[in-house]
Amino acid sequence: MAALAAPMALTPAEPDVEAPIRAFAIATVFWGIAGFLAGVVIAAQLAFPLLNLDLEWTTFGRLRPLHTSAVIFAFGGNALIGTSLYIVQRTCRARLFGGEEMGWFLFWGYQFFIVTAAVGYLFGVTQGKEYAEPEWYVDLWLTVVWVAYLVGFGGTLLKRREPHIYVANWFLLAFIITVAMLHIVNNLALPVGGGIGKSYGVASGVQDAMIQWWYGHNAVGFFLTAGFLGMMYYFIPKQADRPVYSYRLSIVHFWSLIFLYIWAGPHHLHYTALPDWAQTLGMVFSIMLWMPSWGGMINGLMTLSGAWDKLRTDPALRFSVTAVGFYAMATFEGPVMSIRAVNSLSHYTDWTIGHVHSGALGWNGFIIFGALYWLIPVLWNKQLYSERLVSWHFWVATLGIVLYITAMWVSGIMQGLMWRSYDELGFLQYAFVETVAAMHPYYVIRMLGGLLYLSGALIMAYNIYRTITAEEEAAPAALPAAVPMAAE
Amino acid sequence: MNRFTHALIEKNLVILGVLTLLTVAIGGLVQIVPLFLVETTIERVQGIRPYTPLELMGRNIYVREGCYLCHSQMVRPFRDEAERYGHYSLAAESMYDHPFQWGSKRTGPDLARVGGRYSDDWQAAHLRSPRDLVPASVMPPYAFLDRPLDAEEIKAHLRAQRAVGVPYTEEMINEAANDLAAQATPEADASGFSRRYPNARQAAFDANPKVVTEMDALVAYLQMLGTLVRFSDVTPEQLRQP
Repeated sequence: MAALAAPMALTPAEPDVEAPIRAFAIATVFWGIAGFLAGVVIAAQLAFPLLNLDLEWTTFGRLRPLHTSAVIFAFGGNALIGTSLYIVQRTCRARLFGGEEMGWFLFWGYQFFIVTAAVGYLFGVTQGKEYAEPEWYVDLWLTVVWVAYLVGFGGTLLKRREPHIYVANWFLLAFIITVAMLHIVNNLALPVGGGIGKSYGVASGVQDAMIQWWYGHNAVGFFLTAGFLGMMYYFIPKQADRPVYSYRLSIVHFWSLIFLYIWAGPHHLHYTALPDWAQTLGMVFSIMLWMPSWGGMINGLMTLSGAWDKLRTDPALRFSVTAVGFYAMATFEGPVMSIRAVNSLSHYTDWTIGHVHSGALGWNGFIIFGALYWLIPVLWNKQLYSERLVSWHFWVATLGIVLYITAMWVSGIMQGLMWRSYDELGFLQYAFVETVAAMHPYYVIRMLGGLLYLSGALIMAYNIYRTITAEEEAAPAALPAAVPMAAE
Repeated sequence: MNRFTHALIEKNLVILGVLTLLTVAIGGLVQIVPLFLVETTIERVQGIRPYTPLELMGRNIYVREGCYLCHSQMVRPFRDEAERYGHYSLAAESMYDHPFQWGSKRTGPDLARVGGRYSDDWQAAHLRSPRDLVPASVMPPYAFLDRPLDAEEIKAHLRAQRAVGVPYTEEMINEAANDLAAQATPEADASGFSRRYPNARQAAFDANPKVVTEMDALVAYLQMLGTLVRFSDVTPEQLRQP
């Protein structure tokens, strides 16, 4: 079935667009550190509320969207756009449609989106919907940038000089199309006018809740999963120097994942005023999602068959492979938590926060780190400054994740159990505030976990800085070989 | 023989793109559209009214400060939640909420029925300095809300709300500024206000009747949460969802 197509010499008529991709790579590191730092700050605020500083701009309520947007849309988004522009050019053997100008418009347009959204948060400009906080004027701008992204990416696919569209591009295309659909529908709103940023969404109450979590869960499903699977399908074969394990599995993985994911939203609304039929649909599809998730995970991991020894010698590959491991863990935990009986305990608690972070820190973060360590030497044509520092980054970050998610499991399950526990006389055993007080030690541990993860990213930033500023160019052997393509 | 193979799709960008869009559109259509069409999705209970202008501005402050990131407004149908918070939440109770604020995390308690649980003074004092009243609380202090409420555009707010489906009348919109001031000023004539917004309470919510502050607005909003439906009058038939 899966065969390695004859490697063709890379002889593009024009060189690939690379300068904007280098900018995206640097922005990824920058926003990653900013986002992790914001996360550490708000984690510290929950442990030590004095750190809200008595200022309106630094309360948890205003900084939390800053953290989530910085890590998802700034760190994750820059990584996605940057790597996708790289992948699509290499796998199509075609220069980016729209050329250097398109690349730079996407870069600066996207940074402008991030900064206007972030400044708004600090001043309390928000739609009040999780992960869709930016107000209408920011949403409109993002729509413009996103359409340009679709044109640039799709245009490059159209002028490809390969007969097949490589599997990574299916996922990236699905990510771009679906995020456009979600973004537009969830943000339909009417501005109040009068020169203020405020708007009111067209949907209300239960319908608004359904639309929001259709959006919210598929921000996970398509932004943080489909897009990142595109990265997995390119960078892991490159790092392992092996073709994708199974072509057929990629096809099944792709269509089942994108079909099933979109239904999973209502598991965020179990036992709410959302009608039961919708909750049940959400639960059933969430459990079914387990299969494509693990199918894709197997396809990623098995790509290493015959190359497992590289894990010992290539710390960057270790990041990518561990990322897939965390993906497996998070996509096992997610369906479990979507079962209503489990959800009745886990919902509203830190268990959800821990689950999200095993995916975000482990899967998304690690696959980005793995991709950066591979891509930056290629983009700058330099040897990576230090593999030892990559190893340090890996272990410091892994330890941070372990501290983070174990602390959240304990605090989440404990709080859920405390809320529903009764004393021998049949009264609620704990006042709510007692459950808050019980969280304190775990919030401290979580903060330390976040601090470790941030430290790891700082090590990476230093390593990348030294790599880029090194005087010597890499030997030609370090340049990428032709793309391994799975074909019939 | 032209046997179908996946190569057909992966060699044609248009087919790949269109099939992808169709595939990802189905789930959302099935789950979202019926919620707008099936009337019994919203329970047929009495008492739900649009927010008063002051409550609406308070709600906007609630949204602005990201209160929903730590407080849910959705009581689930469990014994412990019934005892801690009250009757489980109805879809009808948030039918005029643009946006909904059900929340996803309870770092603090649920607020769906916090209205009337504490005095106005307690709410204002707690917002100014939470740990003065609840030592183990991790809530940020909101003393800065003791500043005049900017309600210049209140008519535009009500008009926008009406445009997205909240049944504000022309009279409510024209009287919005007066109603807003009257609700926060106990000695003001409130006959028109009370007729327009049944069961809305008039008070100096922050204990200072001279200025209408953001604190007034937020406390007015918190104090009406969950108070509109009288559950002693509700029948099971009214609560039935599809």
